[in-house]
Amino acid sequence: MRFFSAIGALVQGFFTTFQFFFQKKPTIAYPLVKKQHAPRFHGLHELRRYADGKERCIGCELCAIACPANAITVIGAENTPEDRRSPGERYAARYEIDELRCIFCGLCEEACPTDAIVLTPRFEMSDYRRGSFIYAKDRLLVPAEAGVGTAPDERPNGIPGDLGAVSAQKSTVDVASGYGATWRGEILKTERRGLAG
Amino acid sequence: MVPLWVVVVLKSAIVLFIVVTTFAYAMLAERKVLAWMQLRPGPNRVGPWGLLQPAADAAKMLFKEDLTPATADPLIYRLAPWLSMITAMGVFAVIPFSETSGGLWSVGDVNAGILFIFALTSLGVYGISLAGWASGSKYPLLGSVRSTAQMISYELAMTLSVVGVLILAGTTSLAGIVHAQSTLWFVVPQFAGFGIYLITAVAETNRAPFDLVEAETELVGGFHTEYSGLRFGLFFIAEYLNMITVACIATLLFFGGWNPLFGLAAIPGIVWFVLKAGLVIFVYIWLRATLPRLRYDRLMAFGWKILLPLATLNLMVTAAIVAWKG
Repeated sequence: MRFFSAIGALVQGFFTTFQFFFQKKPTIAYPLVKKQHAPRFHGLHELRRYADGKERCIGCELCAIACPANAITVIGAENTPEDRRSPGERYAARYEIDELRCIFCGLCEEACPTDAIVLTPRFEMSDYRRGSFIYAKDRLLVPAEAGVGTAPDERPNGIPGDLGAVSAQKSTVDVASGYGATWRGEILKTERRGLAG
Repeated sequence: MVPLWVVVVLKSAIVLFIVVTTFAYAMLAERKVLAWMQLRPGPNRVGPWGLLQPAADAAKMLFKEDLTPATADPLIYRLAPWLSMITAMGVFAVIPFSETSGGLWSVGDVNAGILFIFALTSLGVYGISLAGWASGSKYPLLGSVRSTAQMISYELAMTLSVVGVLILAGTTSLAGIVHAQSTLWFVVPQFAGFGIYLITAVAETNRAPFDLVEAETELVGGFHTEYSGLRFGLFFIAEYLNMITVACIATLLFFGGWNPLFGLAAIPGIVWFVLKAGLVIFVYIWLRATLPRLRYDRLMAFGWKILLPLATLNLMVTAAIVAWKG
């Protein structure tokens, strides 16, 4: 009897693999076909604008304080009547996020009083140099001609049309090749002290 | 008249070319079939449907660093892969692929072809055991010890399962065996022999579920742990050629070789041969996708306590029936 049950198990096993042979494969051919992201997917950051083209960021550094990974460095500066960047008193003179440190938790988004920093669904940021993962305003800020950026609540469920477009942009921030995040943060803080006084 | 040696060299070159191409695509087919059975798409990046994958693999293999461990026996270490590969390729010298009015489609028509094949494939084990021994490292040694024991135990049952066919055909010539199957394939009267052959052939070619020789989970890579680059590639080729060989032998001995099915003689014999051999290869891949590796003691027990007595019984019954029928 044991012999027959063993044969039965064998037949069942062979039948299972044979069935799988013809079944549709669940694999998504990724670079060719892109998966739909969830509406609240946390990807690369974006700095939004107001409809009149002014930057939303007021350089308050609340995002940098909220950040559990110490990935954000903000250096604020005063707006002047000649050069008004944001509606408030201050704006972010420098705004840098180290995407290698970032854990994409979205706390910066929650901390922001003006809904300036948001997480987009873009996720293709691979690069060959560590320095390229420092995203500064040149790559974070929505270009003036591209509109205001999308608030997280308005973001549709779907495949982002400009996936990878941001990472393809050449960074204009000068980062030394032997870059270390903490070290860079220190330099920026020194710079801030200089700005403050 | 063209001298004989020219004909033989030309035939060998053609057969070698076809066999190596078959190897390349058997490897791709294995990866594809295995993937599909595991709900994966399989290799599909190189060329359409991954059809250029074998070329990419070959290029990768050629450019890899060729390492020799400091403790290795340099001469034997370098010789072993070639031994494996030459014995695996040599077998194709006597395998007839088809027959037309012009003659047999084989390099040499040996009247003891099946014995020649078994002699050569038995030599193939030297490649594996010498490789393991000469590597001067423990896992390869364990792999080669296993291979020696496994080969000896399963070769017995394998040869015995084939003798039944030889008794029915009354010849050891492969062409003669195929001719004897023009009305009835030997898989029908020799179903037990066929089953035993199929199982022992898996063990002979060191394929899953009998791949204890290179059991990745226990022995890293078994006998070829220390090998890299071209030398590893040679073992790889030898392994697949062995699989193709046993599929060809199964076709010749049990599925009537190039004899057409359903009287469809319009389709050339080579097509039938390739179809049948391909089906056997598919079964081997299917087997690998389905069954987990056996434990070593169970493998030995299965070989000695079940397959060997069964093969002997099959042989005795066949001999008795043939003798009784006169």
